[in-house]
Amino acid sequence: MIELWVIITGLLVGITCGMAGVFLILRKMSMIADAISHTVLFGIVMAFIITQTLNGFWMLVGAAVAGILTAYLVQLLHSSGIQHDAAIGVVFTSLFAAGVLLITLFASHVHLDVEHILMGEIAFVPWDKWTLLSITMPKAVWILLLVLLINIAFLLLFFKEMKLATFDAVYAASIGVPILFLHYAFMTSISFTTVAAFDSVGAILVVAMLIGPAATANLISRSIKQMFLLSMLYGGASAIIGYYLAKFWDTSIAGMMATAVGILFIVTLFAQKLVDFKRKSLVGKLEGL
Amino acid sequence: MNALTVENLSVAYDKKTVLENANVTVPTGRLTAIIGPNGAGKSTFLKAILNQLPNKVGKVEILGKLFDPKSLVVGYVPQRNAVDWDFPTNALDIVLMGRYGHTGLFKRPSKQDKLLAKEALESVGMQEFAERSIGQLSGGQQQRVFLARALAQNANIYFLDEPFAGVDAATEKTIIDILKSLRAQGKSIFVVHHDLQTVKEYFDYTILLNKTILASGNTEDVFTPEQLQETYGGKLFMMQDTIGAEVVC
Amino acid sequence: MLSGNLLWVLMGTMLLGIAAGITGTFSFLQKQSLVGDAAAHAALPGIALAFLLTGQKDLPILMLGAGITSALSVYCIQWIVSFSKMKADAAIGLVLTVFFGVGVVFLTVVNHSPLGNQSGLNNFIFGKAATMTKADLTWLFISATIIILVSLLFYKEWKVLIFDPVYAKGIGLPIEALKATLTVLIVMTIVTGIQSVGVILMSALLIIPAVSARLWTKKLSSMLVLSAAIGGLSGIVGTFVSATRSGLSTGPLIVLVAAAIFFISYLISPTGQINKFLRKKQFRKQGEIG
Repeated sequence: MIELWVIITGLLVGITCGMAGVFLILRKMSMIADAISHTVLFGIVMAFIITQTLNGFWMLVGAAVAGILTAYLVQLLHSSGIQHDAAIGVVFTSLFAAGVLLITLFASHVHLDVEHILMGEIAFVPWDKWTLLSITMPKAVWILLLVLLINIAFLLLFFKEMKLATFDAVYAASIGVPILFLHYAFMTSISFTTVAAFDSVGAILVVAMLIGPAATANLISRSIKQMFLLSMLYGGASAIIGYYLAKFWDTSIAGMMATAVGILFIVTLFAQKLVDFKRKSLVGKLEGL
Repeated sequence: MNALTVENLSVAYDKKTVLENANVTVPTGRLTAIIGPNGAGKSTFLKAILNQLPNKVGKVEILGKLFDPKSLVVGYVPQRNAVDWDFPTNALDIVLMGRYGHTGLFKRPSKQDKLLAKEALESVGMQEFAERSIGQLSGGQQQRVFLARALAQNANIYFLDEPFAGVDAATEKTIIDILKSLRAQGKSIFVVHHDLQTVKEYFDYTILLNKTILASGNTEDVFTPEQLQETYGGKLFMMQDTIGAEVVC
Repeated sequence: MLSGNLLWVLMGTMLLGIAAGITGTFSFLQKQSLVGDAAAHAALPGIALAFLLTGQKDLPILMLGAGITSALSVYCIQWIVSFSKMKADAAIGLVLTVFFGVGVVFLTVVNHSPLGNQSGLNNFIFGKAATMTKADLTWLFISATIIILVSLLFYKEWKVLIFDPVYAKGIGLPIEALKATLTVLIVMTIVTGIQSVGVILMSALLIIPAVSARLWTKKLSSMLVLSAAIGGLSGIVGTFVSATRSGLSTGPLIVLVAAAIFFISYLISPTGQINKFLRKKQFRKQGEIG
């Protein structure tokens, strides 16, 4: 039962991040996800300083706020002429450094475990349970389900606008699509996703799950709907494969899941190239007939 | 009512003034060329009209009003290289996006929307490519899809940014025929154009732009060697043949 | 901290800041600031693997391992972008996280082994500037000096390569070799810096001084000097402040000093916000008169 919860948590992370990652890849914002995963540290520390508690809820709020702040600051710097990648670099390293400093100044006595933040501890997930509506599940599962629902709702509401705004922002603006609102709403959903996942799998794996499955799906998808399905599939698969490999080799689950993401990417990349090559040589043969 | 009214439009980036005191009035129902050398500010002019530049000074009115995207009155056809054609979708889907303004937020495109999109695709001769991934389209095909998207929108005034750049002759003919039929319906069309050879043949109205608007009016009045010389400032080499003034850049 | 030791650390972080400012400028101009971030994270598997394979915790061996996986990550990114339809941002993010994930896996194996050190990850992330040994510092000096000298040596060639790659090819410059040298230098900077300020803060030193310098000048030579100066200054001031009060880690402070310099530059430089605001006001005034 314990193990089942761990697997379910991993699956949820894979599926939720896989879904959120699609537009991240299409909008070429992968590195903002990486930035947000670092700046949540700053958000969590601020939440602690302000509320003086280690309450999980306020940490989530703090982290979400940090995520939006990150997106906003990057946009601010970029629109004043600083190139995009440098803007991301400046914002997230500064906020992370600020977070670390704040920890040593105001929270050094508190056990804000850096390793936990970076790698999570999915094995501990089943022990922290919440009971809502007389259903008892691990807290992480509740939060992930909530965020999954939020992501689904966002997609149902804004799918076609996001599609257009991503493909051609200027044209979208010319027909009244609220591109700035969509940008920040999307960044908010990414922040929530990051926060929901990193408690169980840590900041690094969240980014791997946000970028990897979607990027892999992008290699072989012919439509966005296909990309969503494949991305969620890859996310879930990475989680399962990663979990069992980690169990087999007695090593870090989060690390192994990230590795699985990489393996699936390489395999898909080569498989796609191989299929492409075979198809082209077949066409060549047919034309030679 | 005029299609376009621009008064004292100036745009500056950092320390450079890109557009200075541009003034022009264009009546409706014209097929207008916007021409000028590279770096003259043509794209900036277009962006300023479409209200994408917060740092502009001056007044721009489209069909008598300030630009309101929600009115869906303006159909914009951007440069092809403004987007990433690796996007995972097909040609029909792109054209359907032109209907999103009419569909409205939170709703799905209706059967009517899909029908109009199909018709728009047909009118540019791309109906066979409806299901084709846009990454597999040629330059000319991509340009036609962009035009179809604006057509599906059913606008009253169209702005096209270098639609003939790098397209094959058949596509160029298809596009200009469509633009001319739009004009016949009373719509107004503005084209940032790069090929001086075809200006007289395609456009009945011309705007000469180089950091400011040097001249505007009926093509036959404005598209003269003297005016062109002033616009292009010595970067122009002109030849005259017996048929008319043929200009080579 | 003894003041003698403090002086050594001050010099060390200053040199590191200068080296990072220089190599970071070249990265920045090639729009590859975040590649440095990926390379920094990618050092982890190299360090862990070096330890696993050799059983030694000697600095040179670990640094060699770090350098190899770091450089490998840079080439992986380039390969992915050229071989597949994946874009640069996704390639960087993917390589960064996967390499780091693999590194975490190796590190867990290390921690399970009898010689494993539990604080390994913390040191990797935050560095241990304050507890650097004489040996660490020596390596720092040597690396930083090499980086600065090589940068001076190849300045002309890199300048052409960055601003006019077509021309560079035309006059027969060995493009790949030059690029490789630059990559090696960036990796060296990262590997040297990681032990004192940690991964993320190393990325910061590679990015922030370069971006700040860019706000003041467009000329490469000026940018390099300014970036180096800002990097060095951040190192000195950051270390100094951290020494005045116990319990303040050096790494974050160095970064925050750099960030403060960036912020000031953002406001008061010629292309900065204050001047922009003033110019806009003047522009609008002219528009109203005209």
